[in-house]
Amino acid sequence: MLHRFATLVAACTVVLVLAGSLVTSTGSGLSVPDWPTSYGWSMFTFPPSKWVGGIFYEHGHRLIASTVGSLTILLAAWLWRSDSRRWMKRLGVAALGAVILQGLLGGLTVLFFLPTAVSTAHAGLAEIFFCMTVAIALFTSKGWILGAGQVDDGWLRRATAATTAIVYAQILIGATMRHSNAGLAIPDFPLMFGGLVPDHWDRQIAIHFAHRLGALVVTASVIAAFVRVWRRHGGTRALTIPATLLAALVVIQVTLGGLTILTKRGVWINSMHVVVGALVLATSLVLALRSWRVKFRAAPASNEAEIAA
Amino acid sequence: MRLRSVTVYALALTVAASVAACGGGGQESAPASAPAAAPAGQRVDPATAGEVTGTVVLDGTAPANVAIKMNADPICIKQAPGTQMQETFAVAADGKSLGNVFVYVKDGLGNYVYDAPSGIATIDQKGCRYIPHVFGMRVGQKLEILNSDPTLHNIHATPKANSEFNTGQPIQGMKTEHTFASQEVMVPFKCDVHGWMNAYVGVLDHPYFTVTGADGKFALKGLPAGTYTIEAWHERLGATTQSVTLAAKETKDVSFTLKVPATATN
Repeated sequence: MLHRFATLVAACTVVLVLAGSLVTSTGSGLSVPDWPTSYGWSMFTFPPSKWVGGIFYEHGHRLIASTVGSLTILLAAWLWRSDSRRWMKRLGVAALGAVILQGLLGGLTVLFFLPTAVSTAHAGLAEIFFCMTVAIALFTSKGWILGAGQVDDGWLRRATAATTAIVYAQILIGATMRHSNAGLAIPDFPLMFGGLVPDHWDRQIAIHFAHRLGALVVTASVIAAFVRVWRRHGGTRALTIPATLLAALVVIQVTLGGLTILTKRGVWINSMHVVVGALVLATSLVLALRSWRVKFRAAPASNEAEIAA
Repeated sequence: MRLRSVTVYALALTVAASVAACGGGGQESAPASAPAAAPAGQRVDPATAGEVTGTVVLDGTAPANVAIKMNADPICIKQAPGTQMQETFAVAADGKSLGNVFVYVKDGLGNYVYDAPSGIATIDQKGCRYIPHVFGMRVGQKLEILNSDPTLHNIHATPKANSEFNTGQPIQGMKTEHTFASQEVMVPFKCDVHGWMNAYVGVLDHPYFTVTGADGKFALKGLPAGTYTIEAWHERLGATTQSVTLAAKETKDVSFTLKVPATATN
């Protein structure tokens, strides 16, 4: 039950990431100038008849964020009461702290007119919070508690951990590009100003170029992990499923990245690029954590009893 | 007691040295032919003032203005029925003359001083548009921001030299006042609720600015004799300048040509 609820929170967080990306893609970030109020109303009593234009996205994002925040309070309380693993209790509290901080960053970026640093931090913390919810869902799952599909592969552990870190770095570069309006700094794809590298440079072009370069590094890293999993652990579904999903998501993500440029940042393409980026990170994290499962202690009997019940 | 004596001597010497320096130096360095650069500056004599008139024309064909999709807000559709077009290129029927171009004296006014602006500049949000789309005002002048629409707007100014502001006006008839502290050409306004709404204001520390009419014509009146750099600014085509020398009571006609790049889009 706890696992299902944690999965629900993670799923709601995906919706929240989509709502947040739509705010940026539609340029609606400042359509509600005040915070935490909305045009002077309480966020929860702001009349739906006034959710017009950009307000629909910005106010919708705030309401979904409030829902996810409330769900996280419940999740943290549930973990605190029911999970016998101390580190899981702490993880629940950390997730709650992250979502509160995330809300504050969201408010600050509105009040200070979307400064790049604050907006990028908001995007970066969103991914960390999402990873926390995914990790909680994983740690409360039957497979994790029973220790299914454990392998002792040091190379894979290092590779998957590095891949997750690389994906996160790539997301931060992407967020910087997005919030510094550099998304079309290199206007063509797959070439760059008609060549393999830009023929001129400025700050925005450099950020954009770093994101394209990052995509190559992520792809190479994911391919390496994918090949390792299938060659050495082809019978371990706990690894092959996330490895395959990760490879598929990277293909989709690179395609969306290209389409974002070719459609001149089409709202839905651009937003889905952000969402799939978050899914790539989460899947990479799951693969990494399952690779590291052997290094975790066996779950206490109380957790196993809960699963059995 | 001894310390006080030393202090008194020191003060006396300082005062004496200052008086000597001011008196002698001032008389020697002030050239007889220098323009009146009195601290208060000089005022323009209306009796000798001249005028710069002209037209802003396009070199090339402007792209057609795109249609605005107002369906994000049903009230906007009601307020502005029919096809609504962007105002980026306000081209006259001759296909050449260009309206909504901000024309102003960029340089050459020296130390003239002017009366403080007495009127209030106004920008209205009506029919889910900004009215006017391009305008000018003075540093320190009051700007009244009005919402005449029965829907909510946010007015979001994104200046570089002045302070950014973003004010919500959720109720019809709301008024907000603002003043700009520094000269800036141009300050963009936008509504983040209705993404098609934008406007531009030129903020100047003198009164010599105007916006071309629908026929592309402009007139800068009451200019004293002198040599000026005059700039014509357009939101998409950028700015171009001309140097104009004006004698007393003279009216000079100048034309600005703004080139439309082949890649220009609306």
